[in-house]
Amino acid sequence: MANPLNRPVALALRQLTKRFDRPAVDALDLAVYGGEFYALVGPNGAGKTTTLRMVVGLLKPDAGTICIEGIDALADPVAAKQITAWLSDEPMIYDKLTPFEYLEFVAGLWRIEAGEAEARARDLLGWLGLEPHANERCEGFSKGMRQKVALAGALLHDPKLIILDEPLTGLDAGTARQVKNVLRERVRAGGTVIMTTHILEVAERMADRIGIIANGRLIAEGTLDELRKQTGAAASSLEDTFLTLVAEQVAAE
Amino acid sequence: MSRPDTLMWLSAHEFRLGWRDWLSMMTAGRRKRARTVAIALIVFAAFMHLLAWSMVARYAEAGVMPDKATLVIVTGTILLSWSLLLSQAMESVTRAFYARSDLDLILTSPVSPRKVFSVRIARIAGSVALIAVFLASPFINVLVWLGGAHWFAAYGVVAAMGALATALAVAITIALFRTIGAKRTRLVAQFLAAVIGAAFVIGLQVVAILNYGNLSRFAALQSDWLMAHAPDAGSVLYWPARAVLGDPAALTAVAAASLALLVASIAIFAGNFGDHVIAAAGISNGMVRQRRWQLGFRRRSAARTLRQKEWTLLRRDPWLMSQSLMQILYLLPPALLLWKSFQGGTSAIIVLVPVVVMAAGQLGGGLAWLSISGEDAPDLVATAPITARRILWAKIEAVMSAIAMVFAPFLAALAFASEWSALAAAAGVLLAAASATMVQLCFRTQARRSQFRRRQTSSRIATFAEAFSSIAWAGAAALAAAGTWFALAPAIIALAILAGVKWISPPNHA
Repeated sequence: MANPLNRPVALALRQLTKRFDRPAVDALDLAVYGGEFYALVGPNGAGKTTTLRMVVGLLKPDAGTICIEGIDALADPVAAKQITAWLSDEPMIYDKLTPFEYLEFVAGLWRIEAGEAEARARDLLGWLGLEPHANERCEGFSKGMRQKVALAGALLHDPKLIILDEPLTGLDAGTARQVKNVLRERVRAGGTVIMTTHILEVAERMADRIGIIANGRLIAEGTLDELRKQTGAAASSLEDTFLTLVAEQVAAE
Repeated sequence: MSRPDTLMWLSAHEFRLGWRDWLSMMTAGRRKRARTVAIALIVFAAFMHLLAWSMVARYAEAGVMPDKATLVIVTGTILLSWSLLLSQAMESVTRAFYARSDLDLILTSPVSPRKVFSVRIARIAGSVALIAVFLASPFINVLVWLGGAHWFAAYGVVAAMGALATALAVAITIALFRTIGAKRTRLVAQFLAAVIGAAFVIGLQVVAILNYGNLSRFAALQSDWLMAHAPDAGSVLYWPARAVLGDPAALTAVAAASLALLVASIAIFAGNFGDHVIAAAGISNGMVRQRRWQLGFRRRSAARTLRQKEWTLLRRDPWLMSQSLMQILYLLPPALLLWKSFQGGTSAIIVLVPVVVMAAGQLGGGLAWLSISGEDAPDLVATAPITARRILWAKIEAVMSAIAMVFAPFLAALAFASEWSALAAAAGVLLAAASATMVQLCFRTQARRSQFRRRQTSSRIATFAEAFSSIAWAGAAALAAAGTWFALAPAIIALAILAGVKWISPPNHA
């Protein structure tokens, strides 16, 4: 795998495979570099979420290896989880806990020192505009607010690798921008972000590199310009490029 | 098909939803299970008929005369059943207020809310009556078979009790809404439902304990004191009992009065039921706890963090608390018997041991499901840097410490009366709760905590294994308390049940 940014590899997948009734992820090779914003796009059922759920330890692969910041995530999942954060499109938080208590719970799970965790929690709550609601139970929160609480939880342990599955689905424009700003900030600070999205404009604007996945395989990867070159349409949008590449893949099969 | 927006059309819609809901609950969402469920229901019905035959055959064959003693016992039994129906109806009505499901669609449609909620209240009455009829039918059928067709009247009384319970449940819940508001009603109504469900049974047992030193409910209903103070046989209070015994005039009066009260409650309350539903949806769930914010984060290990989370979630969920309260309430009569025995120095305390052990098994099973299967943020916990084994141990510790907290005072009191019985009960409590937890562990499935009511449907085997292991440990503890080696027999049965559970449970979980 080429290393276009000449940075250390943050996530390396080799021959990663997962079968359900059919192959969901099919001998996937993928490398994401440190300090990179990587967008994984693909049609429904392409294997994006399955791939990411294997990376964060929510699914066991049938074959292949997962390496996070040099740690073999299958051999030492605890060490890999210590530096990884996961945020899904459906934020699962505890209705009966307040955001403050939720973050205290997360701090306990990630064994962050109480004083440090509390200071970071207060920062995150303020940053995400949750401070006025910090002592309210989450059960009455909107989806956007729940997503912000979950995002604060994901960032609390200062992860090196943040993995997000459709984090902007169902969010209003203001909240979506806030989430995007937070993610950009993490990348600027040296963190690595991998995100799946169906909103191709978001991938186009935010990602350093984009991977297109179909039928469990990576069919194209690179910067937007590199992807355009692959289709031979220099001025096309990511949407056109994406549709062309996926259509070619379908035709090839 | 009837015209849309009519009562018939809405009733058909409610019936369809109710039927599919029930079917899904019985088959745990797997259509292929329908045949198995049908066979299981037939077997269950046959078993219940046998049980009913062993209990009521002699009365049916001997014939029942409507004398005062009989009327008092039948009235007491009706009140006992009705208190459970009222509890069930209150829970259903409260759920109708707070569960959103299709209410957003309905309330934003141009259909009259009065019509919608009239049908919904009627549906609650129907489902409450149906459950009662289902449970009473084996007894009534045996009475009809051996005693004559006049016993069919009992079906009418059971249905009337369901209607009356729903009418009263709607009135109580609306009254709570108006007096204490939407926010507090949920908690209070759920506690009230739990207390009503248990109060009459417990009340009768308390009377029996205080007067006769045993737990039999019928001892109180047959007491000389009650006979002396009960109204004469001609009293209107015995009409429901007379109706059960086949008096057509009494049956007509009871059915008409119950139906009239249900219709009246629908007419009075259905109109603003929608307003209360909207009020329930608009309550602020957030409770400001400034002190917690000021105290800041506490230093805890990952395991302690998980345990604390389980306890906090349980403490803050009024519905789950009311479910647990029901189980703990049933400990009150044994507690009273313990106190009486301690005073009198009798050996009746051995009776308490299995009751306590059974309660521990039931409570342990419920808490274990909540902790192990009812995890609302499974991704968060699974992606945390802790091994799965440690997470499970922390959850098991949370369950076992909650059991210890509930039962320790009781066991300590028991130790004052009999150290050996307390030791046997303590071992039984520990083993029954641990066994129930193990069963839940073997059959764990990811679910929302709000699905607690349906936890039994995810695995019938788990439900039966949990119940039978508790019964076996209860028997073992009782025999051990009596000082006999026969205690080993039920203990071996309990271990065999657990071995079977381990053997047949899904491979990933075992």
